[in-house]
Amino acid sequence: MTATAAIVGPGNIGTDLLYKLLRSRHIEPRYMVGVDPDSEGLKRAAELGLETSHEGIDWLLARPEKPDLVFEATSAYVHRAAASRYREAGIRAIDLTPAAVGPAVVPPANLREHLGADNVNLTTCGGQATIPMVYAVSRVVPVEYAEIVASVASLSAGPGTRANIDEFTKTTARGIETIGGARRGKAIIILNPADPPVIMRDTVFCAIPADADRDKITESVLDVVGRVSGYVPGYRLRAEPQFDDPAPETGGMARVAIFLEVEGAGDFLPPYAGNLDIMTAAATEVGEVLAQEIEAGA
Amino acid sequence: MPYSDTLDIRVTDSSLRDGSHAKRHQFTVDHVTSVVAALDEAGVPVIEVTHGDGLGGSSFTYGFSRTPEQELIKAAVKTATQAQIAFLMLPGVGVKDDIREAADNGARICRIATHCTEADVSVQHFGLARELGLETVGFLMMAHSQPPEVLARQGRIMADAGCQCVYVVDSAGALILEDTSDRVAALVAELGDDAQVGFHGHENLGLGVANSIAALRAGAKQIDGSVRRLGAGAGNTPVEAFVAVCDRLGIRTGIDVFKIVDAAEDVVRPVMDSECLLGRMEIMMGYAGVYSSFLKHAARHAERYGVSGAQILVRAGERKLIGGQEDQLIDIALELSKERAEGG
Repeated sequence: MTATAAIVGPGNIGTDLLYKLLRSRHIEPRYMVGVDPDSEGLKRAAELGLETSHEGIDWLLARPEKPDLVFEATSAYVHRAAASRYREAGIRAIDLTPAAVGPAVVPPANLREHLGADNVNLTTCGGQATIPMVYAVSRVVPVEYAEIVASVASLSAGPGTRANIDEFTKTTARGIETIGGARRGKAIIILNPADPPVIMRDTVFCAIPADADRDKITESVLDVVGRVSGYVPGYRLRAEPQFDDPAPETGGMARVAIFLEVEGAGDFLPPYAGNLDIMTAAATEVGEVLAQEIEAGA
Repeated sequence: MPYSDTLDIRVTDSSLRDGSHAKRHQFTVDHVTSVVAALDEAGVPVIEVTHGDGLGGSSFTYGFSRTPEQELIKAAVKTATQAQIAFLMLPGVGVKDDIREAADNGARICRIATHCTEADVSVQHFGLARELGLETVGFLMMAHSQPPEVLARQGRIMADAGCQCVYVVDSAGALILEDTSDRVAALVAELGDDAQVGFHGHENLGLGVANSIAALRAGAKQIDGSVRRLGAGAGNTPVEAFVAVCDRLGIRTGIDVFKIVDAAEDVVRPVMDSECLLGRMEIMMGYAGVYSSFLKHAARHAERYGVSGAQILVRAGERKLIGGQEDQLIDIALELSKERAEGG
């Protein structure tokens, strides 16, 4: 038995997600809805065998067979309005927008804590890429402070991200603390316009005790990289984690620096847009885990 | 049209912000107090004080501040009698709360910097700054990397968001004379009466003063410099030399030539760890179009990983890194060290 799913929002993100769900063994993407009758995304989904409508979630909620899961790929505004209706209909929501109606989940770090939630949020692309690394370090040693730099191609940052760049850095910093396990978090985002577009790069710095077991930290990092690359194949380390002794340049703290790149699978979005791929891949992973819970419970 | 009834152009000194890079962000309250007092006395109308990478820049990536920048801003505001205190912020690094705090601490001019193709990330910050009653300046960084018409379009985005003066910012010190005046002229034509145009130069090809004169002849009304060149890379346009040139040309800056040359020599020089020189690393930055604040970071990683600092910078240029991507210099140093090991 597989769980059925609807995708709300037939744009680039929704379409990339659709290709990933079509490969899933645990999820059957059944519906895709939007609001534009001329939507290319809806046409494509219909050709791929989904039931589609441009009449939004009213149409979706009127289906005789409602989906088990809904993936929200619209906007924070739309999802805030829709969230309670999904809940009343008994549909679990996986939210790719910044609405943050439900708890933020990052699969290797805290997904298992929120399996019972009726709504989960995917936080930010920078958070999906870097919080697993903060978690990998903080499960070995206390992390007083963690800082991340996410560099993405300008072309992959839409108007929503651009108009709300403060919200991106603040949400990511909060996730570094509450999900990653650092006492204080800071996030920096850079939009690089280089042509051809650059693939997503992330650097994670964690302050660690001066006498920390560095081999154990490296081992933990490699383990978590392996788990993330299980659902984001293009997620990889650029180099071995780098350790620095306390120095004036490091604010007197010992630190580990982790260098990552995230190449997209190129399902629908271009491969450089690893920042978008990691969102649809994480959403798929969350959906699969929830689907297996539903199967086990049924 | 002059800047005002009394000034033909307005000069902003950035030694306590851009100079933070050269100082590895180790300014103290005493440093700031002595420099602000001397510049204020010489008639410098605007003095910028912030971490080199703007509000919130204190970090592993850019270097931690020895003294919190807001404490430095407070000290500057307290010391200045006629000068206004400005601060810099980069969307993606700092946030709106940092702007509010700087305004509460008495800074009056908010300067918001983006890479020169990404102006739209600054819209919410300009909105807040104007709401708080701050004067606003927009920085289009790495301006050498785009043609004049692209800068003009990006300047329009900032002006529409509430920016009162858009700067052509030669972060890499790579612009050469007409490169500068063409860019300034394109912005002046686009912005008309909606916003002024400014120029921020670096000395990596030794052209800070010359480019600044080219900029003002093309219509720029605000010019940045740093006393004693105290800034990233080979430093900024030396304010004292620029003021002396302006004086000879009959351009009113409101700054006293004799007082500013004394301030440079007697007050600012003793605060500096070393002079900002035009050495091979600095020339390579202007030549290859590399962000000036990468200099000290590249030098440190070169030493740590036993590779060439100049090669790190050249590769940063090849990778088309922009301001803020200092983290990737470590990645480049690791790559160079790996290549060397593989090469035997």
